[in-house]
Amino acid sequence: MRRLARDGAGRCTVWMTVGALAACAPDASGPGAGTAGSSAGGDWTAPLAADAPERFGFGSDASEERVALWDIDVKPDGEGLPPGSGSVAAGREIYELACMQCHGATGTEGPNDRFVAAGDWDPWPPGRVFGAYWPYATTFFDYTRRAMPQATPGSLSDDDVYAITAYVLHLNGMLPEDAVLDSASLVAIEMPGRDRFVPDNRTGGPEIR
Amino acid sequence: MPAGQRTKYSRRAWLTAASGTAATGLVMTRFDAIRAGVQEVVPPPVDPTKVPGRFVSEVGRRATGEQPRRLVRTLALSSSSRTPLQDLQGTITPSDLHFERHHAGIPEILAEDHELLVHGMVERPMVFRMADLRRYPQASRICFIECSGNGGGAYNRNRMPTNISPQQLDGLLSTSEWTGVMLSTILREVGVRPGASWILAEGGDAAVMGRSVPLDKAMDDSMLAYGQNGEAIRPEQGYPVRLLLPGWEGNAQVKWLRRIEVTDRPTMTRDETSRYTDPLKDGTARQFSFVMDAKSIITFPSYPFVLPDRGWWEIEGLAWTGRGRITRVEISTDGGRSWADAALQPPILSKSTVRFRHLWNWDGRETVILSRATDETGYVQPTVQQLWDARGEGTAYHHNHQRAWKIASDGTVTFGLGDLL
Repeated sequence: MRRLARDGAGRCTVWMTVGALAACAPDASGPGAGTAGSSAGGDWTAPLAADAPERFGFGSDASEERVALWDIDVKPDGEGLPPGSGSVAAGREIYELACMQCHGATGTEGPNDRFVAAGDWDPWPPGRVFGAYWPYATTFFDYTRRAMPQATPGSLSDDDVYAITAYVLHLNGMLPEDAVLDSASLVAIEMPGRDRFVPDNRTGGPEIR
Repeated sequence: MPAGQRTKYSRRAWLTAASGTAATGLVMTRFDAIRAGVQEVVPPPVDPTKVPGRFVSEVGRRATGEQPRRLVRTLALSSSSRTPLQDLQGTITPSDLHFERHHAGIPEILAEDHELLVHGMVERPMVFRMADLRRYPQASRICFIECSGNGGGAYNRNRMPTNISPQQLDGLLSTSEWTGVMLSTILREVGVRPGASWILAEGGDAAVMGRSVPLDKAMDDSMLAYGQNGEAIRPEQGYPVRLLLPGWEGNAQVKWLRRIEVTDRPTMTRDETSRYTDPLKDGTARQFSFVMDAKSIITFPSYPFVLPDRGWWEIEGLAWTGRGRITRVEISTDGGRSWADAALQPPILSKSTVRFRHLWNWDGRETVILSRATDETGYVQPTVQQLWDARGEGTAYHHNHQRAWKIASDGTVTFGLGDLL
């Protein structure tokens, strides 16, 4: 079973092959050539003619400031993490105000996503429990910052999100009570589920996978 | 002719059920006929040949007696509604019946305010307004979109349902003609830098939902779709523009698309780690399982229809695969012991649904009927046991195993997979 390989920067390298698999799909004849798409042709037609200009010029250039306004994602190697920090203690306060009602007093109760695996759980699969399944802690920061709290998404400051992330990691026993989380320490967190994730090995054909 | 058969069986069944009540002037569908077996037919209040009809109108409406509805799961920000597969004909889903799956509600977006930012590993970071996107050369294709969680209601061995309709089980599937600009055209415009291998697609909803997609797919048949079945894409499907990834799981086809970042690695968003991954029995979790494998479901007869009469019936249903074309659909009317080829009703399009039909002379005895689809790669829709053997029973997505319906001797139809286990 092929698993994720990582280079020194913690990047996933095996994933590069996933795209290559996609190129083997039956519809690999792309529209770039300006021909009819799909294997036998005729289902759809990509309209870019061979004499299309290299650039049409429709649309406008995006300044760095414009990009920065919307470029909110955080990647596992820390790219996109903002400056700032938050403590477990601060996170507890925010959690009890903004998170607890949907995720439970200790992160195990729900009703929405569980963050901490309750004591007596089947080791695999662990549901979608953050501490047991999610491969990257950066994903928790990214998702919380973009989508939470559900009724007021985007209302938390970066420091708030660091603090909540710190507290939930603490609930999972991955940070001590007096810890402060920042971009460097967040990237250094190794989630237990991290090495379980493997690329899709379904390729069509007779084998059931 | 399928249409002729439909009329013939309709009338016959209807006449049987309604004891010869005059039907002149009524257009009966077979579904009406079957329902007539269990409920009284109310005659029209007036003779339409004796009263003038209504005037023309700016927007049409469905016939009074034809009111298919989506099935709403819960009224919540993150919820879904399902397409009434058993009530539809052909392959196109009426846009107002296209299934929904939202993660933070449906955003209110004005097309004139909407912008799409494309940046990252590109030569020219750019912002496109809708008027810009519409000016690029256009493409159009018919294809299905299916949520990869579709069919999960019939995967758990201990909770195999019986009273479940095609809509309840597999209604997170819809087919439309999508119109827009090929993503490759836009990526050509911004100039993808060497070394790029993925994109991140992000929506303008309250979840700012994001998914990573391999660049090969983005450059192949992916579309920025702003049209759906001849009109602007519906808000529930991503107005004013969504990412269309033909044949791939619905979640990755990001709606209300506002940002594309070209990258050299996946972003590992919540919806490609916590969600939409498949924990396997060997302790690993399959990730980026984008393609929807071949699948089929008989939509008639199915729960809650009742066959009022033994004799000739036409089994029909839908088959589809994300790997190209459906090449074969087989039907079993004896619980899987023997199989016969169903007729595939054109159009048979790549990465779209195809309707299949099979004439069946029911002898009135209890039996279980099944369908299984084969796609152009030679993949045959597996049994649920084959999926359990390959993956274990802990996966929450890609439940494309064979579906079955039990026909009782009194004509009632229930989901029959549990009867085969």
